[in-house]
Amino acid sequence: MRKTGFLLASLAASLIATTALADTAVKIGVLNDRSGIYADVAGEGSVIAARMAVEDFGAADKGITVEIVSADHQNKPDVGVNIARQWYDQDGVDLIVDVPTSSVALAVNEITREKNKIFMNSGAATSDLTGAQCSPNTIHWTYDTWQLAHGTGSAMVENGGKSWFFVTADYAFGHALERDTSEVVKAAGGEVVGSVRTPFPGTDFSSFLLQAQSSGAQVIGLANAGGDTINSIKQASEFGITQGGQALAGLLVFISDIHALGLQTAQGLVLTESFYWDLSDQTREWSQRFGEKNGGKMPTMVQAGVYSSVLHYLKAVEATGGKETEALMAKMKEMPTDDPLFGKGVVRADGRKTHDSYLFRVKKPEDSKGPWDYYETVSTIPADKAFRPLDQGECPLVK
Amino acid sequence: MTTVTETSSPILVQQSAGAMPRHHVLIFAGLLALSLAAPFFLYPIFLMKVLCFALFACAFNLLLGFGGLLSFGHAAYFGAASYISAHAAKVWGLSPELAILSGTAAATILGAAIGSLAIRRQGIYFAMVTLAFAQMVYFFSLQAPFTGGEDGIQNVPRGNLFGLFSLRSDFTLYFVVLAISFAGLLVIYRIIHSPFGQVLKAIRENEPRAVSLGYRVNRYKLAVFVLSAALAGLAGATKAIVFQLASLTDVHWSMSGEVVLMTLIGGMGTVFGPIVGAAIIVTMQNYLATFGAWVTVIQGVIFVIAVLLFREGVVGVIGKWIRKPL
Amino acid sequence: MFELLGIPPQALFGQLLLGLINGAFYAMLSLGLAIIFGLLNIINFTHGAQYMMGAFVAWMLLNYLGINYWWALLLVPIIVGAFGIVIERLLISRLYHLDHLYGLLLTFGLALIIQGLFRNYYGISGLPYSIPPQLAGGQNLGFMFLPNYRGWVVAASLVVCIGTWFVIEKTRLGAYLRAATENPTLVGAFGINVPRMITLTYGFGVGLAAFAGVLAAPIYSVNPNMGADLIIVVFAVVVIGGMGSILGAIVTGFGLGLVEGLTRVFYPEGSAVVIFVIMAIVLLIKPAGLFGRTA
Repeated sequence: MRKTGFLLASLAASLIATTALADTAVKIGVLNDRSGIYADVAGEGSVIAARMAVEDFGAADKGITVEIVSADHQNKPDVGVNIARQWYDQDGVDLIVDVPTSSVALAVNEITREKNKIFMNSGAATSDLTGAQCSPNTIHWTYDTWQLAHGTGSAMVENGGKSWFFVTADYAFGHALERDTSEVVKAAGGEVVGSVRTPFPGTDFSSFLLQAQSSGAQVIGLANAGGDTINSIKQASEFGITQGGQALAGLLVFISDIHALGLQTAQGLVLTESFYWDLSDQTREWSQRFGEKNGGKMPTMVQAGVYSSVLHYLKAVEATGGKETEALMAKMKEMPTDDPLFGKGVVRADGRKTHDSYLFRVKKPEDSKGPWDYYETVSTIPADKAFRPLDQGECPLVK
Repeated sequence: MTTVTETSSPILVQQSAGAMPRHHVLIFAGLLALSLAAPFFLYPIFLMKVLCFALFACAFNLLLGFGGLLSFGHAAYFGAASYISAHAAKVWGLSPELAILSGTAAATILGAAIGSLAIRRQGIYFAMVTLAFAQMVYFFSLQAPFTGGEDGIQNVPRGNLFGLFSLRSDFTLYFVVLAISFAGLLVIYRIIHSPFGQVLKAIRENEPRAVSLGYRVNRYKLAVFVLSAALAGLAGATKAIVFQLASLTDVHWSMSGEVVLMTLIGGMGTVFGPIVGAAIIVTMQNYLATFGAWVTVIQGVIFVIAVLLFREGVVGVIGKWIRKPL
Repeated sequence: MFELLGIPPQALFGQLLLGLINGAFYAMLSLGLAIIFGLLNIINFTHGAQYMMGAFVAWMLLNYLGINYWWALLLVPIIVGAFGIVIERLLISRLYHLDHLYGLLLTFGLALIIQGLFRNYYGISGLPYSIPPQLAGGQNLGFMFLPNYRGWVVAASLVVCIGTWFVIEKTRLGAYLRAATENPTLVGAFGINVPRMITLTYGFGVGLAAFAGVLAAPIYSVNPNMGADLIIVVFAVVVIGGMGSILGAIVTGFGLGLVEGLTRVFYPEGSAVVIFVIMAIVLLIKPAGLFGRTA
């Protein structure tokens, strides 16, 4: 729970305050994985991103005092719930951001609803956050399983990958990813020839990959995440599976995973993301600044999402002049989103934030111009197509 | 487990079996006063966590410190009970006291089943058999449809105690949890100081001798195993209601390791040690979260220091100073 | 061709071979654990962390000093083994007169520290380490594609395991070692420096773990948790083989690799738990493990 005081800045601001705006003090909690498999996807980088949002917004000049705290949820729902509860009950936190790992995100979603605070999720994948378990207090910012499954699934089938075999991490999240993607594949005219459930977390995937290989499927869908994905891609390359003509589809892959794998191993992998640092001048400029603060590491889409969500929140605080939950949520849903990283978008009634989504292919080593030059854009999926239609989510808020 | 120092002579202990020695009465009273006052100063949820883990560690200590049996799979009973209790409260709609009871019952049955197999082995092999079964329970928790995989059972209603008192307020719930854990503690205290407890100590110190004295050693071992499992289950079932969540963390082997750590730091084979140990570890986890990834390093250092320098644990060392068994 | 339980034999052979490769890692790691337990009576929970260190030191040698895989294979066990010796002298040696439990707890604490430190400096996603060019590519065996590197892993591990077994069971040095296991005081009385032998044995056991770590670096992700996930399974292997039994550790390591490989075909979800099921059954039927002597 690292504290960053912006007290001095706010003091200066109040001295020169010209507007009649009363000072508002908000406390933002960045809750994520700081020691486990998502520490590089989110971790300290998300805290940096949140701080950058506060600075770029110029919160101090606008009479808003922002304090940021952070904590490690270790990817355990019980730990996450405890911290969230304590933040809301004891420490006066108004907003929790990030929270990778679906199980923790769902738990924080509930506690936020109970305490009537605000939760802006960037790190978690489960589309249930804006589906059956949607909450008036939650906004799901960056990506979700529906988006990933549709982005990667339909694109692969269109490009001729008709038959699929899934290597699925044996936990609720892996199952959901497999189920969503299977539906997409079938709807697009493809077929699923088989799947194998792998113990989670695992290190040796060769045996499962061999089963995938002998199934003769054109596409091997990796319905897993983090270390599991890294290991399975590494071993697929080792066993000559990609060279043998079968394509790998990573259903949840972050740029930090590609960095860990190296292009030699990861080349040719197709994946869906909502953000890439090298998309436009604006993203490059921001990512450059981010990289300087984060030991040269470029931002992941999760970290970019934290920046963007905090920015939107602060705009709403400025607009409403307070931090009353209902007013802020209404404002955030009413006001279109616009920032240098994700461009224009909206926050829908079910809490889903929409923006363009991109299908990327990992470059060959010889095509890469330098470190972190990893992706080439295959296609852009427009914001209104990228996410699950509002009426299909079974969210009780949409009626 | 011959490392536990037992300063009192058998005769003294026999006397204490009748009435609680005065300094124990004082400590119990002090603990009670402290815990009644605590929620006015500290965060009740944090205190409830301490209470649940204190009960868990005491239950574990009953087996290790007094029965001389090192179980490396106590998370199984803690976790299974928390799942059953969460399921009972959420899906069956039972009131919290019934949910906790059903969780405890499940742990008792599980303890009886695993215990009857495990007690046939000794020492490290006993530990390994318990670990093996605990891993199976973990696997079951991961696979069974009702446990919700890695999401766990979330959003468990706290409900109304006896169908009457709402437990929504942390404050009310705190006193219920306090009552449960204190009752558990007194039961453990009673067991330790009963004739049954004396036989256990005899077995721990010298099993062949206990056999030659005509005790059916395995029956005693099984009994203490089941009792320990049931009380660990009580702790787990209560925790599920407090946090409104049952998750894989509760059944994972690292939870079994954590309870060993609590017992060791507090003082194995002492009555009050595990309470202190649980309080230390839970506090550490809560307040060290500031240090992010350094938490495991700090925990490791404490582990090493405890093993090298404080093998009797905090309470064990104090007990030595004042020359009274605590 | 016939089918075995609905699986074509080619696929089955492939899976068995993969099981054997995993078994090679189990065998090397459990061998180290068994040696350490046999002589020191310490259950070395740090073993997983030391295996992880092996992989990391290989990575560091390559990236900071440009030392390639083959030299790493030689140097890393020595470096990590030396580290083990320091740990043994400074910390573990203080616990020999105590119950097993304390050794286990101490090494558990050490594992937490080592893994935590690596996590702080190198993150969690893992670092890339390439397969040495000499072993790139693979052979088509008809029933499966076997990467050369995996073949090398099995061969190297067999050589190391059999070599170790030979030294301990058939040489004079091994005889001292076994004698010291039985009765250190008596062996000391014959003028053999038992404490030094114990220290070196620990170093050797740790070196074995590091060697396995180097072998694993190119195929598994080099990350701080790579050993933590493995250690519990390796424990089970040692217990099933019989604590302290050298041959038991080797045979059980390979054997359980095979069993696990089969489980991955017939009941993939269960492959993480099958070893524990076997452990429970073995211990209930044969209390001292498959190859252990009953005390």
